[in-house]
Amino acid sequence: MFKKKGLMLLLAFCLVLVAAGCGTNSNESSSGSKETAGESGEQVTINFMHLWPEGVSAGQNKIVNQIIKAYQDEHTNVTIKQEVLDNEQYKNKLKVLSASNKLPDVGVTWAAGFLQPYVEGKLFTPVDDLLSGELNGKFVSGTTEAYAIDGKTYALPLEFNIAPVYYNKSLFEKYKLEIPQTYEELKAIAKTLSENGIAPIALGNKDRWTGSLWYMYLADRIAGQQTLSGAINGEGAFTDEGLLQAATEVQTLVDSNAFVKGFNGLSNEEAKSEFLNGKAAMYMMGTWELPNFTTNEDIPKEFRDSVGFFKFPKVEGGKGDINSWVGGPGVGLFVSENSAVKAEAKAFVEYFVTQWGEQAVTGAGVIPATKVDTSSMELPQLYIDLFNEMNQASSITLFADVQMQASAAETHLNMIQALFGKAVTPEKFSEEHDKAISEGK
Amino acid sequence: MDKVLSNKKIIALYVLPSLLLILAIVYIPIVLTAYYGLNEWNGIGAMTFVGLDNYLALFKDETFWNSAWHSLLLAVFSGMSLLLYLIVAMVLAARIKGAQLFRKIYLIPMLLSSVAIAQLWLKIYHPTNGVLNSILESLGFANPPAWLAESSLVLFALFIPILWQYAGFYILIYYAALKNIPASLEEAARIDGANALQIAWKIKLPLVMEVIKVTIVLAVVGSLKYFDLIFVMTDGGPNGASEVMASYMYHEAFRAYDFGYGSAIGFFLLVICLAVTWVIRKLTASKDTIQYS
Repeated sequence: MFKKKGLMLLLAFCLVLVAAGCGTNSNESSSGSKETAGESGEQVTINFMHLWPEGVSAGQNKIVNQIIKAYQDEHTNVTIKQEVLDNEQYKNKLKVLSASNKLPDVGVTWAAGFLQPYVEGKLFTPVDDLLSGELNGKFVSGTTEAYAIDGKTYALPLEFNIAPVYYNKSLFEKYKLEIPQTYEELKAIAKTLSENGIAPIALGNKDRWTGSLWYMYLADRIAGQQTLSGAINGEGAFTDEGLLQAATEVQTLVDSNAFVKGFNGLSNEEAKSEFLNGKAAMYMMGTWELPNFTTNEDIPKEFRDSVGFFKFPKVEGGKGDINSWVGGPGVGLFVSENSAVKAEAKAFVEYFVTQWGEQAVTGAGVIPATKVDTSSMELPQLYIDLFNEMNQASSITLFADVQMQASAAETHLNMIQALFGKAVTPEKFSEEHDKAISEGK
Repeated sequence: MDKVLSNKKIIALYVLPSLLLILAIVYIPIVLTAYYGLNEWNGIGAMTFVGLDNYLALFKDETFWNSAWHSLLLAVFSGMSLLLYLIVAMVLAARIKGAQLFRKIYLIPMLLSSVAIAQLWLKIYHPTNGVLNSILESLGFANPPAWLAESSLVLFALFIPILWQYAGFYILIYYAALKNIPASLEEAARIDGANALQIAWKIKLPLVMEVIKVTIVLAVVGSLKYFDLIFVMTDGGPNGASEVMASYMYHEAFRAYDFGYGSAIGFFLLVICLAVTWVIRKLTASKDTIQYS
């Protein structure tokens, strides 16, 4: 008899637990929306999802917390609830939340092709009103445009990046090498280094977009910026002679052992460590790597002091300009269309972007998308030099995989890896691109 | 107690929660996946019903068939390696010195997370600093391959850690099954003059046959839907040389924003797994199980 009772009790307990589990969940979400429905003065909660976890992006994480704290102090009725995820997890979660229409009030997004499905699904709200307000004219030109679709801007950019070639000065000195002015010189440098047992260029092409940078620069310098962007947005074609030649040059570089061994199986992080260890002499990467070469204490000072950069050299007979860069805005902030606290969320975004500008420079060493007066700040020389280069840029071509729509971007990245691995001919490489872009999804 | 368990209403009450759970987290998603496969959908906006287009496209998709072939290869390798595991288990189950220790050593990879294993093997396979290539170089191979970057090698380079990862699991299953055989049978056979090989072949093998059948299904189906180590170590690359069905599904759904197509791959994968399980069951079916008592 006791046993029976006990079993029934246990069962009842389990059922209560299950019911309670459901209950708290629904309570939480409903109370959340009630709070956020509020008129001004009432308690407001803004959900903010971002991708700067403390472990991976310590600098950015600190700044985010500072800004949030300051904002909450100024607006005592506002609570900002953070959800922090790693890059890849963040992208996946964003998609899952979109499918069930439960986006956070404020979140992080990428530009152009990444943005498009979200805008088409009416999930992000236009933030043009913010651009004409306090932030008017504060953005570096070309940054907000990357977040605009059909004349409306859907997110405010936080960072802006260009990709230089970093090089190890002490290795260059050791082998009496000069910064290359032409592509031929670059090839000669690669040859010298490789003959001396030093890997010329660190490249982690498992990540694919890393190889894309090299192709983009070659395409830019040989065929010119206009031809390249034309091909990417579908007005031109990748079968253009100059672009074909760029693809051929990629394979020439591979053949001359210009890249670190096994690059197609190495991740960007692994390749980077080859450069950081002084085993590879050059490394092309976005300016988001700057902190590693300037202020990051985990990397020996001796190494940081020996890092310089150069612009991708001119190709003789090519149409490109040496001041033309490959780059683009990093991430930006969006406000969810279905947010119950849209006005408050927008106010927070405006505040965040303004604050981010200065703090990101000094605190994290990243280049912000807003104009910042750096003259009064004490900054590493490498940082200032690149900052100035960016202001003198004649054109900036957005990273191809960011610019293209998701499916075409995937084809592009796969083809890049195949091209570097010599699994496709330049002709096939170009044809596949045109096919994917014309399908337009 | 007996009364409680014979009351049909009570039984239903007990079963219902787990039945509902299974329905909600297994069967309904399967039906939904099949349905998504009938749509063109980027995962965010509206779905467009396209009928069987995605499923038909699968049959013409070269990358899909390549990845299916890679999955099949992995399944065959896993299946064959079971024999090796069985031999190891037999040796361990025989009273050898240090069997306890070895059993634990074999089980360790099973306890590590896949990502940790992937990182470990990435270090081993590193083209210049890796342990493997350092050993090869010191043995006089001037230019050892970059294992994970060569299209022709990458798949087999991946199979080794995968088989290594699961070795302990299968060895443990076999070990437990072998230990279940009454010692009296072996002793009787030995008295009758059977040698170790005969005992293994004629007594132990038939008695663990049922377990072997289960492990074959586990290994083959597990291989067909294998994902994690490959995803971390190569992400299906270089240029698709190590793409398997599950990683291709992930890439189509989450990278190329083609949830409809991704779902179609997922559903097809399920169908293949069910079919393979059925075939293995048919092939290994025996009318009566052998029992010595």
